[in-house]
Amino acid sequence: MTDVLLSATNITRRFRGLTAIDQVSLSLARGTVHAVIGTNGAGKSTLVSVLAGELAPNEGSIFLHRQEVTSWPQPRRARAGLGRSYQRTTIFPTLTVHENCRIAAQANHQAFWNWATPASKCKASNEAADHAISLAGLESDSAQIAGLLSHGRKRQLEIAMSLATRPSVLLLDEPLAGMGSEETDRMLGLLASLKAEHAILLIEHDMDAVFRVADEITVMVNGRVIAHGEPQAIRDNPEVQTAYLGDGE
Amino acid sequence: MDPVIFLIQCLNAVQYGLLLFLVASGLTLIFGIMGIINLAHGSFYMIGAYMAFALQPMVAQYAGGGFLVTVLLCLLLATLLGYFLEWAFFSFLYRRDHLQQVLMTYGLILVFEELRSLVVGNDVHGVSPPDWLAGSVALGDVMTYPVYRLFISIVCLVVAGLLYWVLARTRLGMMIRAGASNREMISSLGIDINRLYRIVFAIGVALAALAGAIAAPVSSVYPGMGNSILIICFVVVVIGGIGSIKGAFVAAMLVGFVDTFGQVFFPSVAGVMVYVLMAGILLFRPEGLFKQG
Amino acid sequence: MQATLRFFCMAGLLGLIALFPLIATDYYISLAIKIMIFSIFALSLQLLVGGTGLVSLGHAAFFGIAAYATTLLSPESGAGNLLWLLPVAMLCALAYALITGALALRTRGVYFIMVTLAFSQMAYYVFHDTDVGGGSDGIYLYFRPELRLGENVLLNIDSPYSFFLFTLGCLLLVWAFLAMLMRSRFGAALTGIRVNEQRMRSAGYSTFNYKLVAYGIAGALAGISGLLYAAKDGFVNPELLAWEQSGLVLLMVILGGSGRLWGAVLGAAGLTLLQEAFQSQALFGDWSAHWHLTFGLCIIALVALMPNGLIGIRAQWRNRRRAYAPLAVSRSEP
Repeated sequence: MTDVLLSATNITRRFRGLTAIDQVSLSLARGTVHAVIGTNGAGKSTLVSVLAGELAPNEGSIFLHRQEVTSWPQPRRARAGLGRSYQRTTIFPTLTVHENCRIAAQANHQAFWNWATPASKCKASNEAADHAISLAGLESDSAQIAGLLSHGRKRQLEIAMSLATRPSVLLLDEPLAGMGSEETDRMLGLLASLKAEHAILLIEHDMDAVFRVADEITVMVNGRVIAHGEPQAIRDNPEVQTAYLGDGE
Repeated sequence: MDPVIFLIQCLNAVQYGLLLFLVASGLTLIFGIMGIINLAHGSFYMIGAYMAFALQPMVAQYAGGGFLVTVLLCLLLATLLGYFLEWAFFSFLYRRDHLQQVLMTYGLILVFEELRSLVVGNDVHGVSPPDWLAGSVALGDVMTYPVYRLFISIVCLVVAGLLYWVLARTRLGMMIRAGASNREMISSLGIDINRLYRIVFAIGVALAALAGAIAAPVSSVYPGMGNSILIICFVVVVIGGIGSIKGAFVAAMLVGFVDTFGQVFFPSVAGVMVYVLMAGILLFRPEGLFKQG
Repeated sequence: MQATLRFFCMAGLLGLIALFPLIATDYYISLAIKIMIFSIFALSLQLLVGGTGLVSLGHAAFFGIAAYATTLLSPESGAGNLLWLLPVAMLCALAYALITGALALRTRGVYFIMVTLAFSQMAYYVFHDTDVGGGSDGIYLYFRPELRLGENVLLNIDSPYSFFLFTLGCLLLVWAFLAMLMRSRFGAALTGIRVNEQRMRSAGYSTFNYKLVAYGIAGALAGISGLLYAAKDGFVNPELLAWEQSGLVLLMVILGGSGRLWGAVLGAAGLTLLQEAFQSQALFGDWSAHWHLTFGLCIIALVALMPNGLIGIRAQWRNRRRAYAPLAVSRSEP
């Protein structure tokens, strides 16, 4: 019995005459990694933005935990359990790794009007930050200034910050960007370990990684879904081969 | 409201709006192309007006020329001033963030004001329009309308038309439009960026100074005129959308009408009406009516 | 050990400052009070610029509105009561901040700068063109307010020394409040919003609410400095809301250094002293009449040469001396 945490139906988004995504539907179930692949400009990042709530769709609807969230702004969806990581690293470079995660974790314990208690004393945020850091394997760097980390560790921190809010759905936009093989292995190991509790959407260009970790794959070309299914089926799909894989990867 | 009075107010609104457009278009062009927010833009308006006032007797004495010659001379001097200022000062602002630009041009305003004070003093001056434009046109049986105000509107419309023609039909205009939507691209296309920026800046300064010069007979020449028009121009640019000439035109006309008719219907709070308009537009379109790029 | 040493140094410095009026002439006491008033003003803007990343060019509106509220609500025949006058003046500034902030915060970047300027200009026109506040001539506050509970006068600040101490007390309270605020979760969220608002939203922060409340607090705190200004010389005029005033306080924040709270105090002191210097005949002779020129050139030079303000000078110099600068990450930013 699959537990569908996020589903999107017939999402369409236009920008001044250009249709970036056209009637795209997909669903994310707990315990699966759903990869979305496609050529450059296929609309993958736009799709993530729409799912996350940064952009409003022109048509279609989005359901999170079986609740319609199409009109919900991004912060509200985030508080309901939707986490997101960015293609371009968006960590806070002058803060430590722990402080980065704590600020993210604090979103669930905001205490908007409590101006007296220092942020560093918030036990719940600290614990959530510690938990996220250990999940991402960054314990040794916990007190390190984030801006001084290596690129791979920065990407790990990016994921850790998304985990700090204890989301149930994770939208990961090219987490492996710019990583070497060792770092990629570590990241894939992390994704595999996260799978059990979360529903993960993975946008990636690294085909080997995708086939190693994905449970289902959706292929997008020019804003439309041209194929969807298990990795082997996708690999064997002739349309996908001509449109994407066949162009030498 | 009496239809003739209504017509008069409309003409006033159009004239004010067109003047605003002249100044605001320079501001939005400079910001759209070069990314510089220039607080001192109002000072160019003030400089144009004071130049017209100061040069008029000299032009009459040495060249036997009248009003038109004075205005053309102001235009020429302003263009040269703009060209020089871009090279000497504003070209250093490109790398700075908006905050530093704001503060440095704020200092520039102080410098301009004081220089003007040293050169021509702080007095308020009335400037009379030339004789051939000093008459009035009859509207209906009783009312008349000053010919000079119509002259202002006509000049502004001609300049607006010229601006449109340059932007839409010439190579320079094409480069400018390309620059407005994608600044990084034009330099990679092999166009001499520095000269393009200098020309655009000079155009902006010239537009503002021209507006000041021809507005002088109507609004008189006084020290604070640059600052008051600057802020209204900011409102115009916010309403119209930064970088959009079309937006500046529409917004300037809107502001012209709201301000003019605001003074008629709500004289005690007239100065506030424009800001109420801005607040209203912000409620629905926080990025202006015609946002660029 | 470090902490106790710092504490005693601070306390000692404070004590010295508190004793300053005993050795100074009235002119210097007045100058010191002016510096402290503008320090409060600059600190309130620092919350927006350095704390939240909001560059406002209309902050003088809250300063002036509170100053006018103080003057208009004070009785003509006797001293007003600070017990309600201070909260009400702050409330007026707060109200204007929340109303205009709700609209202005819908914009970003350059638009925000222009819109805040426009809203302060709107307030300027209300006081300049209408009869609300005596028009362009301004109005007088005849009696400095005092703190009364019922019939008892708890605090009388008529003498220069007592007013000095009162202003110093206000400055310390505002400073302490802001330090506490920035250290709280609310302040940490503001810091995050300044660095990367998008990231904060994706974590679940409704960033608009944070910015609006910060804008309101900044306005209310500016209101305190407005009341003090009105009480100091007993005269308020519309120029208090003029954009030159907004530009000046923004300069104070930036030239002091927007990374730390005390940068605002440093900037306020520096700029006030600079203005006094340029206007002084003793230093500049005939040029003192045209001090706008020298002051303007000085501003341009300072912003050009010290983009990180006085506070950033040490780091700037250090960075220049390094032949190879690794990722220039400085811990001076909160």
